[in-house]
Amino acid sequence: MPAAYSLLEAARVAWMPADGALHGPIVDRLMFWNLVALCVPAVVAHVWLVFAMLRRRPAAGVFPAAIRWGLLAAFCVMYTWMALTAQRLWAENRFAGPSLSAMQVEVVGEQFQWYFRYPGPDAVFGTIRPQLVNAAAGNPLGIDPRDAHGDDDIVSSTLVLPAGREVDLQLRSLDVIHGFFIPGMRLKQNTVPGLVLHIHFTPVVVGTYPILCSQVCGLGHARMQARLLVVSPADFQAWLANRERARAGEQGQ
Amino acid sequence: MKRIFARIFTTNHRTLGIFYLYLALAAVAVGTMLSLLMRFHRVWPDAVIPFFGIMKPEDYLALVTMHGTLMIFFVLTTAPQSGFANLVLPEQIGARGMAFPRINAAAFWLTVVAFLVLISAAHISSGGAPISGWTNYPPLSALPGAGPGQGLGMDLWLVSIGIFCIAAWLSAVNMLATILGERRAGMTWTRLPMTVWAWLVASILTLLAFAVLLAAVVLLFSDRHFGSSFFIPMGDMIDGRVVGHGDGSPLLWLHLFWFFGHPEVYIAVLPGMGLATSLFANFTRRRVAGYRMMAGMLVAIGLLGLAVWGHHMFVSGMNPYAGTAFAMITMAIAVPSTVEVIGWLATLWGGGLRLQAPMLFALGFLSFFIVGGLTGPLLAEPALDAYLHNTFFVVAHFHLIMAMAGVFSVFAGIYYWFPLMTGRLMNETLGKLHFWVSLITAYGTFLPMHFAGLAGEPRHYDRLAGPVTSFPSLIPVERAITYSALLLAAAQFIFLWNVFASARRGRIAEANPWQATTLEWADAEGPMRIERGPYEYELPSSGKGFHPQWESATKEE
Repeated sequence: MPAAYSLLEAARVAWMPADGALHGPIVDRLMFWNLVALCVPAVVAHVWLVFAMLRRRPAAGVFPAAIRWGLLAAFCVMYTWMALTAQRLWAENRFAGPSLSAMQVEVVGEQFQWYFRYPGPDAVFGTIRPQLVNAAAGNPLGIDPRDAHGDDDIVSSTLVLPAGREVDLQLRSLDVIHGFFIPGMRLKQNTVPGLVLHIHFTPVVVGTYPILCSQVCGLGHARMQARLLVVSPADFQAWLANRERARAGEQGQ
Repeated sequence: MKRIFARIFTTNHRTLGIFYLYLALAAVAVGTMLSLLMRFHRVWPDAVIPFFGIMKPEDYLALVTMHGTLMIFFVLTTAPQSGFANLVLPEQIGARGMAFPRINAAAFWLTVVAFLVLISAAHISSGGAPISGWTNYPPLSALPGAGPGQGLGMDLWLVSIGIFCIAAWLSAVNMLATILGERRAGMTWTRLPMTVWAWLVASILTLLAFAVLLAAVVLLFSDRHFGSSFFIPMGDMIDGRVVGHGDGSPLLWLHLFWFFGHPEVYIAVLPGMGLATSLFANFTRRRVAGYRMMAGMLVAIGLLGLAVWGHHMFVSGMNPYAGTAFAMITMAIAVPSTVEVIGWLATLWGGGLRLQAPMLFALGFLSFFIVGGLTGPLLAEPALDAYLHNTFFVVAHFHLIMAMAGVFSVFAGIYYWFPLMTGRLMNETLGKLHFWVSLITAYGTFLPMHFAGLAGEPRHYDRLAGPVTSFPSLIPVERAITYSALLLAAAQFIFLWNVFASARRGRIAEANPWQATTLEWADAEGPMRIERGPYEYELPSSGKGFHPQWESATKEE
């Protein structure tokens, strides 16, 4: 029993963390078969090498050209298969935009913190001005008070999402390039100052997932982490209503 | 005094080749030390390191930056290309010397200056060395306020790499002119040793790639000091202050940098491919299977290598359609690389290998080239790279394909050409010991990193445990990597001992000790006209003997 457990443990170490996104199983399957397809020729080549090293009496003649071409053709087929299967997933994830009903959340990276902004009941993000950024005064993203759309914007340091609904993230950075990486959602996209970038995905499994920074961004790079909470739609509504009430209270003062 | 001066500032290409190897040795020694500090810190993050104290996060990032810069520029660019080509290139093509010996010597001394400036970045700047990695993405690298080391340290990095670009450029101009213009009569394209093909392609890549890097470095320096905004976007904030007033694009740097950075990989590894081809022919006593094909594929790799830089940028914010285009070209470059590997395996298939140290290291090069290369197509798939990008999987990939393959090809070259440098042979037993320990510990160091990457562990993290992540399951893996890396480094003392002991007391090498066919082993001037191909080997069992290029073809009958 302990042996079986340690075997399981080893397999878990050697593999990706549990997946919670709709497109995750496709990524995992592709990753697995790609690794298998690459390990086989690596092993065969090394058997070949060891065989050649042990073969003391040299064989006369040249290695048949037909086999060389055959091998090359086999590899070309493999590379084509790899390129095409992975491209289908890439196209689904990145060429096509999110559905119109996807939930909008803004992700903002800054040294060394992630912020997540929800547009509130009006479904429109308020204007942002870098000059107004003042975390101590409760405005870490520089939301412009003159724009009424910003009045109901909710800023959170945890990304909370309902399970089963597609989300459209718009990513920005205030200062340097960061890397927005959720291993459990098989998702990575740099946030680049000066650019607003979009990615979309659908979380499906309720749970907590680490969010990491994957692009070196300064001395706090390794500490620039946050949590993604995927909750049931009912829990999400409760959380959102709670935050909206709190925000309205702030505005009312 | 004047004589010492003349000996130091020599234009003798062989001496310069040895100088380059010494410079690479100094850089690899420092670079390895830095990597061991990193490995140590990852496993024992709270330990007090002698002469260093407790390592702060910025110290770790400074180590990463310096390690990468030293290894890529001052080891993998200098030794296989400038080092070995200076050592034997003119002889291999039957030239009287280099085309521009003074430019060649100037290139070496500029490289030394660049090295000293880089080392000084860690010492004379108050913030220490830069912390933005060897790729130095702006705005982190463009704004002194973005972190310690991003002030004077970053400036010195830019100056050092700027000088290095000019040096690499001068060296490549000389190399190219020598190969194109100084070949002896009869040294036709199909009679060139494969190393010369590799240096030819690598020189062209150097001219194109380093020119662009120099431009990028100048632009970044200008952003830092002359108020320009090539890479800093409007409204960019650092440290609570808005500093971006122009409308620059950080992505522009990524394009410029990787336009250099990817060909750079081939500059590092092509000479090793050429050398491996030569050594496989020599130590199997066989002709190269498909010489024209193998040479053509080196050129193809060079050409395609100029058009794949975007595969470093799949998740950078580049247009996803561009990602697809770069993915396809990158997948295409796997084809000529596969042709090379199949050619080598076909040459080796018949067995009867002479398993001496140079051959063993060439085989080690091939092993790393296969294992490290095969993860290339996987990383060329944007959908999978979107998970693996900037994880330890990538660290494993490029350390096998570029660092270990490159370094093993350098070892192969040193064991092989040692008689030309010293007149003596290196000790075989120590060489074999060095090979097997290095091979096993190199795999022990870099293979497990694939798993760390699959587990989602990012690069540039100074410790495993963050505020949210802990990767507890990776702790034993990380320990194993560190122990293996320590052994790998320790094994290099066998090599150092072998080099310096053999240089003084090694067995005196007879003429042409490896029974090679290429011209650097000719003990006399050789014929006025070259009439033979580079690899006219025959199996000893055939009783025909082999034909060096310095033999005239008519003597055969």
